[in-house]
Amino acid sequence: MIAIVDYDMGNVASVANMLKRVGAPESVLTRDPDVLRRADKVILPGVGAFDKGMRNLAEFGLLEALNEAVIERRVPILGICLGMHLLTKSSEEGQLDGLGWIDAQTVRFRFPENSGLKVPHIGWNYVEARRGNPLIPAGKRSRFYFVHGYYVTCNREEDTIGMASYGFDFACAVNHDNVFGVQFHPEKSHRFGMALLDGFVRL
Amino acid sequence: MVLKRIMPCLLFDGSALVKTVRFKNPRYVGDPINAIKIYNEKEVDELVMLDINASREKRRPKFDLIRDCASECFMPFSYGGGVASLDDFARLYKIGVEKVIVNTRCLTDPGLVREATRQYGSTSVVGAADYRKGLFGSQQVYSASGARTRRSLQEHCRFLADDLGVGELLLYSVDRDGTWSGYDLPTIREIAGAVTVPLIACGGAGNVAHLRQVLDETAANAAAVGSMAVYQKQGMGVLINFPQRQLIIDED
Repeated sequence: MIAIVDYDMGNVASVANMLKRVGAPESVLTRDPDVLRRADKVILPGVGAFDKGMRNLAEFGLLEALNEAVIERRVPILGICLGMHLLTKSSEEGQLDGLGWIDAQTVRFRFPENSGLKVPHIGWNYVEARRGNPLIPAGKRSRFYFVHGYYVTCNREEDTIGMASYGFDFACAVNHDNVFGVQFHPEKSHRFGMALLDGFVRL
Repeated sequence: MVLKRIMPCLLFDGSALVKTVRFKNPRYVGDPINAIKIYNEKEVDELVMLDINASREKRRPKFDLIRDCASECFMPFSYGGGVASLDDFARLYKIGVEKVIVNTRCLTDPGLVREATRQYGSTSVVGAADYRKGLFGSQQVYSASGARTRRSLQEHCRFLADDLGVGELLLYSVDRDGTWSGYDLPTIREIAGAVTVPLIACGGAGNVAHLRQVLDETAANAAAVGSMAVYQKQGMGVLINFPQRQLIIDED
């Protein structure tokens, strides 16, 4: 069973719909720690502010169950957008500690006024695979939908599995052991997103 | 780099999808959820849905239906119509709307729009400007809800971008709406040259060449499609469909 964590950080129903579409086995939207304890895989979606996300995970009593699933049972987890940021150690957007499962931090896009580059980065953009990985096919141009003002910088180069370019190249997909994160929204990216979720489901 | 987009612009009358001609004679074309399922298959870049009666009827957005639409969309979803308070903005984002489109409120309550772009970020708010040819031949801002402005179309578009802070403009030609006669290229060129925010051109799309034209020959970042997305051909029956992106945008 795939648990999609529903912790009041936006409408995450389209993630469940797309999983159904790619023929994933049972998936549930949940904020019940007991469901997380039984999950074979976890998806942590979300849009909104970093501290609010961490606070909601704590308030719903999900931190312990998440740690148990990811660290002890080594269940694959996929963080999406804010969910990816929460996997890192910290964010410039907030004061609270992140989950820290990826050795990385989340920082803000900063561009000079005259660059013409707006923050947040919003729209469809190409993603290039960085190393062999189950989510983003190598040698193909995949297109994904992005909305974000903050991005992730990895301390270990090998943790980056996908790059996108907005003013400069940044890590838009990361992986360390059983922990995966993507900056873009697979659930809003048609067949590219379906292929990615399918890759995650098959892990 | 952010890629160019083509998208259906769906009109909702409060209970079903309709299509208008020059903003008149709404004709029933189907149910939004079924349409979205087809647009998922067609891989449209984005979906715009406008509730064309909400402001006129002083009615709130149909939040439950909007939530169902957003859940069904495998692409970003923008909604406009009847958004009247900051609370409405907050609620729409929460139920999965990526961008909220404002039109009437830019005329009647600009302070609300300014506050929304400040709180939720300019990229989450799209300013819509409907326009048509006025008595003396110039393009004038038109509001279906009856609101008025003294600003010229260009001044109004600059006002939306520079003063209210919207992150994108939806420029909708009333005279071309439902006519299949091609985009209003001169006006789109003029406005795209006058504002720095991305522009979605709407009104008049009748074939693939029109879409190529507006994206290749003007600085519009996106092209919205009405009739072509809901009818087989001009004068023919309803058929939810959409042209292939590869036929229009070369960068793939």
